[in-house]
Amino acid sequence: MRLITHNMLKCHVKNCKEPDKQFPLQFKDAKLEQIEAERNNEFLVRMLPRIDWPALLKTTKELGIIIPEKVPANPADDDEFLQALHTAILEMHVKEGSMVCNGCGHEYKITKGIPNMLLAEHEI
Amino acid sequence: MGLPTPDTRHISRPEYASVYEPAEDTYLLLDALENDRTELQKQQPTICVEIGSGSGCVAAFLGQLLDPLPTLIISTDINPAAVDATMETVARNPSRAVFLQCRTRFLQSLDSRLRGSIDILVFNPPYVVTPTAEIDSTDEASAWAGGKHGREVLDQLLPQIPQLLSPSGRFYLVVIEQNKPDDIIQALSVHGLSGERILSRKAGREHLSILRFIFNGA
Repeated sequence: MRLITHNMLKCHVKNCKEPDKQFPLQFKDAKLEQIEAERNNEFLVRMLPRIDWPALLKTTKELGIIIPEKVPANPADDDEFLQALHTAILEMHVKEGSMVCNGCGHEYKITKGIPNMLLAEHEI
Repeated sequence: MGLPTPDTRHISRPEYASVYEPAEDTYLLLDALENDRTELQKQQPTICVEIGSGSGCVAAFLGQLLDPLPTLIISTDINPAAVDATMETVARNPSRAVFLQCRTRFLQSLDSRLRGSIDILVFNPPYVVTPTAEIDSTDEASAWAGGKHGREVLDQLLPQIPQLLSPSGRFYLVVIEQNKPDDIIQALSVHGLSGERILSRKAGREHLSILRFIFNGA
């Protein structure tokens, strides 16, 4: 599972009462692996408005991945920024581990790189 | 016909026994998407989503259809074997798209972040008319059992469609006549989405159609 995926996931447990803590989910026992991928600047620039930067920043810090604190004014012209973004959201994979909601404590498992966001009937 | 159908031969392996193999409904959807290729490319989609991706045939095809546009293609399925199958299918049929898989029901856990952002949404729902009791499963039956009028699963998603799509977003839906397509079109028109039957085909006893929805004025 790439970090771009993680940046899209929010806790959806019915009784999770703290909306501010449902996102981003917190990694637990994350087994991280970097898999090199071809960089596509056009993709990165188009995806950027869809990325929640504070959430990505928080998560990368926890995982020990370095990205700039802020999105530069002209990201399309900033090679260093694009490379950091590319590595963070597309090359870093979480193979195993889980994601925990800081609001309700629900744990979502990641197995073979696939996040399981299914809830039991009573949790929906 | 330009694009080849994605290679999904691996779906015959035992670990994918519970995964719905591409069939007439799948191919009709591929044809409808391919007919719209020029428009879809012009739309410059950033985020595409397939709910209930099954074999991953449609997701892989969509990636190739949009080449060389770099898009994010998100696939979900409740069946873990289908999520694995989709992953393998997109790997075997590469394109410039970035693929993302998630095991979930519809778009649960993704929906709040994707609100108003989906440029192309595709759903080939479990549309077969069955007793309601047959719906509730994560295995093979979940791929086709649709309950009353074959609409029970679709109707859970339908009210969310208008909020999920981007202003220029499109929604492609596979239906059979028993699903009452005109009724579906009517239900979404209330939310400003205009729907039409863009392709129909008879396959055995099934009269299949592809419905396409676009916001009025888009």
